[in-house]
Amino acid sequence: MQNVVNLWPLIGVAVIIVGFILRFNPMLVVIVTAIATAFAAGFPIDKILATIGTGFIKTRNLPLIILLPLAVIGLLERHGLRQHAQNWISSIKSATAGRLLIVYLGARQITAAIGLTSLGGHPQMVRPLLAPMAEGATEARYGKLPDRIRHKLRAFSAATDNVGLFFGEDIFVAFGAIVLMSTFLHEAGIDVEPIHIALWGIPTAICAFAIHAWRLHRLDGVLARELAAHAAETAARNGNGNGNGNGDGTLSSAKGA
Amino acid sequence: MTLTIQHLYYLVGAILAITAVMTVADRDNPKRFSSGLFWALYSLVFLIGDLLPPIWVGAGAVVMALIAGFGGVGAGKHTPRTPAEYQTSAKRLGNRLFIPALAIPLITMIGTLSAKHLTVGGVPLIDPKNTTLVSLGVGCVLSLALACWLTRESPVQGLRESRRLTDALGWALVLPQMLGMLGLVFSDAGVGKAVAYITTSYINMDIRFVACAVYVIGMALFTIIMGNGFAAFPVMTGGVGVPILLGVYHGDPAVMAAIGMLSGYCGTLLTPMAANFNIVPAALLELPDKNAVIRAQVPTALALLTCNVFLMYFLMFR
Repeated sequence: MQNVVNLWPLIGVAVIIVGFILRFNPMLVVIVTAIATAFAAGFPIDKILATIGTGFIKTRNLPLIILLPLAVIGLLERHGLRQHAQNWISSIKSATAGRLLIVYLGARQITAAIGLTSLGGHPQMVRPLLAPMAEGATEARYGKLPDRIRHKLRAFSAATDNVGLFFGEDIFVAFGAIVLMSTFLHEAGIDVEPIHIALWGIPTAICAFAIHAWRLHRLDGVLARELAAHAAETAARNGNGNGNGNGDGTLSSAKGA
Repeated sequence: MTLTIQHLYYLVGAILAITAVMTVADRDNPKRFSSGLFWALYSLVFLIGDLLPPIWVGAGAVVMALIAGFGGVGAGKHTPRTPAEYQTSAKRLGNRLFIPALAIPLITMIGTLSAKHLTVGGVPLIDPKNTTLVSLGVGCVLSLALACWLTRESPVQGLRESRRLTDALGWALVLPQMLGMLGLVFSDAGVGKAVAYITTSYINMDIRFVACAVYVIGMALFTIIMGNGFAAFPVMTGGVGVPILLGVYHGDPAVMAAIGMLSGYCGTLLTPMAANFNIVPAALLELPDKNAVIRAQVPTALALLTCNVFLMYFLMFR
């Protein structure tokens, strides 16, 4: 029976890894991988295209969650949503980027665990609110931020949303993953109550919170150190009579005229 | 009438078609024709994709990948307002700006939770198979109306802003779907079976701890390849979990499944294949490094994976 396994499709795994490592354009990497994999499995050309087409239609739901909120978010950004989020957080004296993100992490995990997975997300929460707040809280303490720090804060905001979502949602019994797991085990002749699978997700969820929150806590220290060094450097340069060339702040101006 | 995901496809198709027209008409976009073609093809996938023969859709996807892959998708010029204008507007509208932004998740949540009870004459208002996505669509439309009313702007301005953000995302917007397609091609071509065959044939799993580690790390590695824990779970559980962890060592299946899947999610944190979570946010936040979000997640994911090996070992054999 083991002779039946065709190992050639593994070439696809090699293609995609090499493609990403050599930093070719991801769209090209993906389409070349798809064609190479299907070819290695012995599909003729028309079946290769049909397999790609069917797959592309089946996954149409994936971009909805990104595309649909864009009009609202764009309109609100045009009217100062990001600036207001920054002003609002900087009025809270005890706010730091790390503390803000820890609170968000906890809230995201708990709400995802009770099934409210849509209470966060990158287009509707991270870009318009969370990332500007993390930047605003840091700016209120240290003044204008260099772009490197700004980008770090944004990356951590996105990462925190992901960690909170992933390690919260599996505690919710009705979530698709739990159903998938119990169905698969049932077909293998093992019956497990979905509630037990959900409960055994809790230890990992607690570890996830502890690890990521500790890293966010440390982020505050890193920011303090790096920004102090940056301030000293800027002051030294200004002392020599050169103006400092900080990158400008708002997201939209990054691509502006 | 039931609102289904098909209606959302028409809505998204229409938004993309308008984006395509605006792009072709935009003389400031140096690649307006190739970009316009890209968005037009994409809008067709949503408008009539299920009516076309799969071969045509496949050919269209290949053309889109070639346009994007050879740099054919460019952004138009979007003049930002001055910082003073943003501040004035932010001061004027204040906390009211939060209302439409928070209305999206709130309406999505209410729709998802109450979908079961929203029926007219026995016909559900929201498609029970896709409650969350359909509620999200309703939330976005209602919230757009609210935002237009609050800011005294027209829905057309909303579409312009939508195109501005679509331009900022570029082809990254299509990448999650391309990768989802690739996952399906992988499973049609039997990549999963081949990986399972290799892992089980070449690793000695006579030691219980090694078997746990192979399952946990295998879930993460396979998820890194497939971009999705759901695709890795049947392969690793069928190949290692059921025959060895349950069959040989008689572990607790609930612990195995729960910690196994969450180990897969550690892999999701590490891979550009999970474009919706890692690559798209980097584009959305206008980060110069497309892997910046993954970089921020690597230490958390690796530490958690290590925890999972020990949690699995100690909890599965209580």
